[in-house]
Amino acid sequence: MKLKQNKIIGLLLLSIVFPFVQVLYAQTKDMAEVKGGIYIPLYGSEDEPVEVNAFLMDVYPVTNADYLEFVKKHPEWKKTKVKKLFADEAYLSTWESDTDFGELNPNAPVTNISWFAAKNYCESQDKRLATMDEWEFAAMANEEFPDARKIESYNKYILKWYETPRTYNNSVGSTYRNYYGIYDLQGLIWEWTSDFNSVFMSGESRKDSDFDSSLFCGSAAIGATDLKDYASFMRYAFRGSLKARYTVRNLGFRCAKDF
Amino acid sequence: MLRYIYVLSFLIVFSSCNNASSDKKEELVTDAIDLSELPDMSIYHLPSNWTTQDNEEIELKDLQGKTLVVVMIYTSCQAACPRLVADIRHIQRDVPESLEDDVQYVFVSIDPEVDTPERLHAFAKENKMEDDKWLFLRGSEEDTREFAAVLAVSYKAISPIDFSHSNIISVFDKYGELSFQREGLGVNNKSVVDAIIETTNKGS
Repeated sequence: MKLKQNKIIGLLLLSIVFPFVQVLYAQTKDMAEVKGGIYIPLYGSEDEPVEVNAFLMDVYPVTNADYLEFVKKHPEWKKTKVKKLFADEAYLSTWESDTDFGELNPNAPVTNISWFAAKNYCESQDKRLATMDEWEFAAMANEEFPDARKIESYNKYILKWYETPRTYNNSVGSTYRNYYGIYDLQGLIWEWTSDFNSVFMSGESRKDSDFDSSLFCGSAAIGATDLKDYASFMRYAFRGSLKARYTVRNLGFRCAKDF
Repeated sequence: MLRYIYVLSFLIVFSSCNNASSDKKEELVTDAIDLSELPDMSIYHLPSNWTTQDNEEIELKDLQGKTLVVVMIYTSCQAACPRLVADIRHIQRDVPESLEDDVQYVFVSIDPEVDTPERLHAFAKENKMEDDKWLFLRGSEEDTREFAAVLAVSYKAISPIDFSHSNIISVFDKYGELSFQREGLGVNNKSVVDAIIETTNKGS
């Protein structure tokens, strides 16, 4: 009699706990751990390396199919309903209608979404956007090494991609799987980060820097360390040109989470 | 004994479900009433909460109804921020007195960790900006980043105590729509004054 009682109690507890466990698992499967470390970003210097704490990152960018589910549950993000404060006129412009992405590849990364939209999507899953440092740290890996920035084939790959049109139509997972088990950080689309608006672009001539000193406060160390790292430079330049409500055809996103 | 366990766990599971759904309903109703009348581009659509230099909690939309003049600074800033604050003071002096009650000057901190309400209060006092027309706000790191994104203000922590940030003065009308921005220091204060006058008069 006592054994049967215990079994029933055990089963009851399990049935209460199990749904919570399942929800947690669902949110973090398809995420990979990026081990922490120190690196020197493009804008940094030898004396000021940047530390990145371990975090979780989506293995794939968010797809059209994923985003459709989001829009159905959060109709304020529908193409015809979104507030102009949060997205410009080209928001989801390639979708047929509010809840139909038409001929688009359902497994292609969703693009033409603003920073606000990306941010909200991640929040709806209890996640967030990766910071610029986190993203760069994860993306500097190739298949084999966590820091492939000095490897010729890695740089060639990225520069070749920059010249290839319409890669945003390809399915997620169609490029390489990097050191952390994450796909498509290079080769598919540009991606939003949480602090993209921390990039300052200034001119190179002395005249420009005087003008810029009144535009921005704070002048410490904002020069690029490796001017040959054209691939990285393009990403930073692109970020510097963005505003949060902009939507771009080859700009998508993925989510991250604290570890 | 077993019966009690059954009943208890039943109650726990279902009571938590009920709370969640009723909270949600309340939220939806409040949103529908306040925001449906605001224009699409109004910053009052941002749901963020902020603390003032007097330790009051406010939502952005509590600022509706006046022309807003907004800058983002941090109190430990040595270089450009003092100049930005000086610019704002000059601008305020040049705005006609008849419009004084319709304009709110807002400083939003980009360093919420250091700029506590107490710190903001002290800063206000140092700068002789203690009366009601001067408002100093501090929010969470995330809300601050979001607000800056709306204003197109860029900023970055470049050391534990220093920030790099754009020097932009933004003017919003009483519905929260951005009507004017000026980037840079000490130039063209007149253009900001003119924008404030125009924005305030347009509304009335």
